[in-house]
Amino acid sequence: MPTNGAPTKITQGSRTKGGIGESTLRPDGTLKVTGEFAYSSDMWHEDMLWGQILRSTVAHAEIVSIDTSEALATPGVYAVMTYDDLPTEVKNYGLEIQDTPVLAHGKVRHHGEPVAIVAADHPETARRAAAKIKVDYRELPVITDEASATAPDAILVHENRDDHHIGHVPHPNIVHRQPIVRGDVGAARERADVIVEGEYTFGMQDQAFLGPESGLAVPDEDGGVHLYIATQWLHSDLRQIAPVLGLPESKVRMTLAGVGGAFGGREDLSMQIHACLLALRTGKPVKIVYNRFESFFGHVHRHPAKLHYEHGATKDGKLTHVKCRIVLDGGAYASASPAVVGNAASLGIGPYVVDDVEIEALALYTNNPPCGAMRGFGAVQACFAYEAQMDKVAGQLGLDPVEFRRLNAMEQGTIMPTGQPVDSPAPVAELLRRVKAMPMPPEREWESSEGVDVRQLPGGLSNTTHGEGVVRGVGYAVGIKNVGFSEGFDDYSTARVRMEVVGGEPVATVHTAMAEVGQGGVTVHAQIARTELGVTQVTIHPADTQVGSAGSTSASRQTYVTGGAVKNACELVREKVLDLGRRKFGPYHPAWATAELLLEGGKVVTDGGEVLAGLVDVLEDEAVEVEEEWRHRPTEAFDLRTGQGNGHVQYSFAAHRAVVEVDTELGLVKVIELACAQDVGKALNPLSVIGQIQGGTTQGLGVAVMEEIVVDPKTAKVKNPSFTDYLIPTILDTPTIPVDVLELADDHAPYGLRGVGEAPTLSSTPAVLAAIRKATGLELNRTPVRPEHLTGT
Amino acid sequence: MRVSFTVNGRPQEADDVWEGESLLYVLRERLGLPGSKNACEQGECGSCTVRLDGVPVCSCLVAAGQVEGREVVTVEGLADYAKQRSCGDSCGTSLDEAKGWQAEGTDSQTGEGTELSPIQQAFIDAGAVQCGFCTPGLLVAADEMLERNPNPTDADIREALSGNLCRCTGYEKIMDAVRLAAARQGEAV
Repeated sequence: MPTNGAPTKITQGSRTKGGIGESTLRPDGTLKVTGEFAYSSDMWHEDMLWGQILRSTVAHAEIVSIDTSEALATPGVYAVMTYDDLPTEVKNYGLEIQDTPVLAHGKVRHHGEPVAIVAADHPETARRAAAKIKVDYRELPVITDEASATAPDAILVHENRDDHHIGHVPHPNIVHRQPIVRGDVGAARERADVIVEGEYTFGMQDQAFLGPESGLAVPDEDGGVHLYIATQWLHSDLRQIAPVLGLPESKVRMTLAGVGGAFGGREDLSMQIHACLLALRTGKPVKIVYNRFESFFGHVHRHPAKLHYEHGATKDGKLTHVKCRIVLDGGAYASASPAVVGNAASLGIGPYVVDDVEIEALALYTNNPPCGAMRGFGAVQACFAYEAQMDKVAGQLGLDPVEFRRLNAMEQGTIMPTGQPVDSPAPVAELLRRVKAMPMPPEREWESSEGVDVRQLPGGLSNTTHGEGVVRGVGYAVGIKNVGFSEGFDDYSTARVRMEVVGGEPVATVHTAMAEVGQGGVTVHAQIARTELGVTQVTIHPADTQVGSAGSTSASRQTYVTGGAVKNACELVREKVLDLGRRKFGPYHPAWATAELLLEGGKVVTDGGEVLAGLVDVLEDEAVEVEEEWRHRPTEAFDLRTGQGNGHVQYSFAAHRAVVEVDTELGLVKVIELACAQDVGKALNPLSVIGQIQGGTTQGLGVAVMEEIVVDPKTAKVKNPSFTDYLIPTILDTPTIPVDVLELADDHAPYGLRGVGEAPTLSSTPAVLAAIRKATGLELNRTPVRPEHLTGT
Repeated sequence: MRVSFTVNGRPQEADDVWEGESLLYVLRERLGLPGSKNACEQGECGSCTVRLDGVPVCSCLVAAGQVEGREVVTVEGLADYAKQRSCGDSCGTSLDEAKGWQAEGTDSQTGEGTELSPIQQAFIDAGAVQCGFCTPGLLVAADEMLERNPNPTDADIREALSGNLCRCTGYEKIMDAVRLAAARQGEAV
């Protein structure tokens, strides 16, 4: 199907208020501002107990013994469980590879691994009892990087791998490796006038969602359990939880509790199984809430990476070739590492036209904290490096960095390194043009006739400068992200839509299992139902496992895939409603048979605008309901040797311009403005779209100048598991973020939309780095940049 | 121990409070007021911000015993608190108002019909709420700032809210919301 980027035309529902394209307000907004919205940590049940997890204090060790007797004897304690208490033969879980023990068995592989669980009548009692469990560890050498992982005598992090990647990896401490080879790099290199090499380091970033991992497990009378939980994918959790409990999936009922942000960190299980185990063991409801310290150990992080790049270009500014090698540290368990590798490899050269490429991406098993999904998912690390390279090559050629990017920008029809053609608009050059054309923030805004406002200077209220040593820099970057699950994954969603008359009005109810994590999916679902069914009243049913899977709230996919499923189910409901109308009223008016019929404003109308019947009269006391799965077009796996294959569904593009001011004497950075231009295909809810872009941009800013989980390379222990020592941007650190939204429709997607959430997280970081380089003249090959990197102290 | 204090204008008592419990824990787990949030429980994120005798504090850092005999306002009481403030001492309930409340009612599913303070309404209207976990603390902090400083500059807003972390929005819509609330407040005077 050709796609020409023309704006999406809406006929059905265009006259119904609150439909797609409007900035309707969140249906959960009132509850969220009054404090009544029930997050997973707010769950409460009469007679409930509190669960606590005991975690390993060392990164890599054999467990010699565990003594729980003192903990069990503590008044108020109802249960203590270790590996030996697990009820079935299924004792591991995992998203793709089931390598993660529910509770450690004989060995711990990373700092903070769950070893035992306790239930007590007060959270402090549970904590103190857990502290009384005596675990005797015999420490093992730690594997912390590629050299130690692949050394000839390296200890294997997982001794007996039987997963489907073991056959093609060069070493058992490599989770997955994906090469991509296209063209002839050797020959292309001969044509290059300049060749630029660079070695880059990307630090470990945390999702730092504010709502801690938490939930409530309530035992059911039939021997099952009901779990109220914050997650990104209810059905994926269910598939992993039920076998460990020894229950059929029908006896593990799951309801989405309020989710306080996710950003990838809730793709893996955290306390789900532990809470269910304790509830089933004690016969009482069990609540578990991590504190922030535990949260840093309780979920996977963004993979830290080492990236080596070689770019070649001719003197007229055309890229000849790119070679790169991306080594991601997956930590102790696989989590989403294989898919992150696929992304890093396939998106590894960025949104540019390069015919000759050699790419290799791999993820290691180490004893560092497990890493997995985080917003941007493998594309973030690559973008940081290839955009630094683009600036370096432009510098060597004496070209303007934006002009150099524009000269090499991909467009619709470009062939990716995987051989996949880009078959929808790819306005890379246009986004760069737009972001560059935005007005510049004024110079020295901190200065006025009244003096200097230090709050607007690097160092802020620390009053470290009144402008002395402060230098401004401007940097640009652009990125490419895939939308949806790739590499042949059956990435479907399910929606149940019902239309009936309630209180004399036609009302649509939308029921999906989509995890609303803050992104505004619930807002958009209601808008889609209004547009497709021509009603104003839409009820969003709470998400649970009583309806089919919606897939994950990740990969920028929910508006596309669950939005697509809702649209599709609404269309089927509409057809049924029209059939009902034809049966009832067809004999009385020929237009029922001859005209194109629409639902608008609660009525059946012809495309000419003639009203045929009210929906209330069509439906009377009948309810029309449809539940249906919906799929986007299929993708293929990447060839394991060449990386060739139509692996992705859709691409998403954003460009940033960063303006920074650096106190060059102290190495303090103030980001003055971070402008973004992004193509969203069709903004279903412009207010939410801009909110996503600004939020993603800020997470990119965080990893540019402050966010990093620091792991001691000698012990593999986490050194900063708190918001005191792991810093995320505050409102003082975050600048104005002007956004320019482009809407070039992708005809393959519902309404032409393009997934929005992740792309802005990619280019934000390299834009800030480029601006700091411009201000300081330093090379800066690692992120985040800390003051000592700028002052050399 | 027993702790007696006033929450959102109502006298409250909590029994069997362990000495190490925070005000946040007592509000959330003993008094059924989970609106104040538990994002870090170490005084870094501001999600648990409440007013203690009028002063914004991180309730996670206040020992429950410290609030004995004192007045606490949480996000749950923010609308009433703002209403009291705006009408001063003459804040009786007129017959018309009372009728109005009866007629409106609230939707327990969506909260529709709930009376909101200006800052709460502005957060909804400006798109300042995504996951919403930071929202209660930000609302209490922003409301307190607007009480002190009805015409804040952007730098003033950023300074006043610098103790409240948000991970979703990038703060732009939060800035918009506070500006909007300030502007509406100005119009109303």
